Amino acid sequence: MAISRETALGVVLVLVLAAIPYLALEAGKPFYVTLATRMAILALAAVGLNVALGLGGLVSFGHAAFFGAGGYVAGILAAHAFAGQPLDFGLFSVPGTRAMPLVWLAAIAVGGLLAAGIGAISLRTSGVYFIMITLAFAQMTYYFAVSWPAYGGEDGLSLTLRNAFPGVNTMVPINFFLIAWGLLVAVLVLFAALKSSRFGAALQAARQNEVRVATVGIAPYRIRLAAFVVSGMITALAGALYADLNRFVSPSMLSWHMSGELIVLIILGGAGRLAGPVAGAMLYVLFEFALGGLTERWQFFLGLALLGVVLFARGGVVGLVAGRPRHD
Amino acid sequence: MTEPVLSIHGLNKSFGALKATEDVSLDLKRGEIHALIGPNGAGKSTLIHQIAGTLAPDSGTVRFLGRDITGLGVAERARLGLGRSFQVSSLAPEFSALRNVMLAVQAKAGSSFRFFKPVMRDAALTGPAFAALARVGLQDRARVPAAELSHGERRQLEIAIALALGSKAFLLDEPMAGMGPDGSRTLTAFLDGLRAEAPILLVEHDMDAVFALADRVSVLVYGRIVASGTVEEIRADAEVRRAYLGDAA
Repeated sequence: MAISRETALGVVLVLVLAAIPYLALEAGKPFYVTLATRMAILALAAVGLNVALGLGGLVSFGHAAFFGAGGYVAGILAAHAFAGQPLDFGLFSVPGTRAMPLVWLAAIAVGGLLAAGIGAISLRTSGVYFIMITLAFAQMTYYFAVSWPAYGGEDGLSLTLRNAFPGVNTMVPINFFLIAWGLLVAVLVLFAALKSSRFGAALQAARQNEVRVATVGIAPYRIRLAAFVVSGMITALAGALYADLNRFVSPSMLSWHMSGELIVLIILGGAGRLAGPVAGAMLYVLFEFALGGLTERWQFFLGLALLGVVLFARGGVVGLVAGRPRHD
Repeated sequence: MTEPVLSIHGLNKSFGALKATEDVSLDLKRGEIHALIGPNGAGKSTLIHQIAGTLAPDSGTVRFLGRDITGLGVAERARLGLGRSFQVSSLAPEFSALRNVMLAVQAKAGSSFRFFKPVMRDAALTGPAFAALARVGLQDRARVPAAELSHGERRQLEIAIALALGSKAFLLDEPMAGMGPDGSRTLTAFLDGLRAEAPILLVEHDMDAVFALADRVSVLVYGRIVASGTVEEIRADAEVRRAYLGDAA
């Protein structure tokens, strides 16, 4: 089977991303490893949003809720493991953990549950109402975290050490980068599979024409809810990694700025496209770093770039390079 | 005497003071084409919407295959085998003709909750989809996005989708609209054969097609059925001529 330009672009971008930290270490600038890790994690979060927004046309302005939830899961589990106190849920209690695979599973589970709850209600609306209701739910989680003193409230929660991965020293930046990069690749493969599957076909058709999907006997609501849950799970996983990257979780991970950032990433890169979130995250972090060093008002220039994309390159960077999407 | 495939009883629908559907009863028997005609604004599309489930009637019942479906949604009715084409084509515009039909094949096969196998390499989807396209003569246009098909081709594609669903009855809302004379003739011949597979409730303005195809005709005026009968009976009916056929006699 021939490889599409879109797939090829995805492979190239992911390889370029992998090359950045090695070149940085070669050049003696280890700081860039962290920058590349940030790119990988934001791309991962955006792949999650891309399932809902790109494939399903569900413009969620509340994905920070899942990102932050993943972050808090990592932070809280680590804090309990460190203090040797189990989490008490009343009827049962769960020991804290610092093992990344367990933290990830917990983050995915919490993200999925949260998305199921928020999605079940929000997906009864559409258009602007959907945007507003997802925003409202995310802000609720934000204010909940702010007013929850047990885990730092407004000040957030520090992780003394990065969580541990079996057989790997995660405090070595390049190791942690490889973990984040590996998860990004895995999730991109998952995204590509979803997109071309029966589920993906129904989801993308529901974005194009809801009536058509119902007329062939597929209820759009259930398809969208499933997509929203998968989307929340992936973004929550990214949130857990982000907490480990910064060794810090705070309510800002849950705020609407974060939701907006993820949408901007996707629009810059190309909504619904495999490589869109990767291109978007790389550009965004690059902008933030390169322009942020020159001026505090770097977001003004980001806004200009976004304006350019919306006006002249609807398909984002991926659309410019790989052309229009093909559904043959 | 077997029960009709589709039967509508005492259907009413008002929009404010406007009675769009008033005490409408009609049925569709196995093997027949039942044409629904009437002037613009008579409430034909409103009636089709209520049968397909996009609009809920104020009162009355819709029975399909011996089952009361009045309370079911669009997707549930479609799963039972109610196939539909729209007055204005309703397709997934970015998808190719083939993928539009594949969506129907996938819906008929059951679950859309399959997350990994690529649809384009799934012969269980592509095979029946190509077959349905071939039946309406669109096999050479299979890879063209629906948005780039001509108006007539989109009508054909909607019928191919209904075929792929294995529908047990068809609701066709003006399938000839916007087609050239050749297209109309081809489609007329096709629908003529299709009735043996599943009965058709046909809303149509093309009177040549209606009189050539219909086993029975019902005339809808201001939301009410004013006449119902064979083509000959309807042609002879004075009230119909006055109300609809524009004949001063």
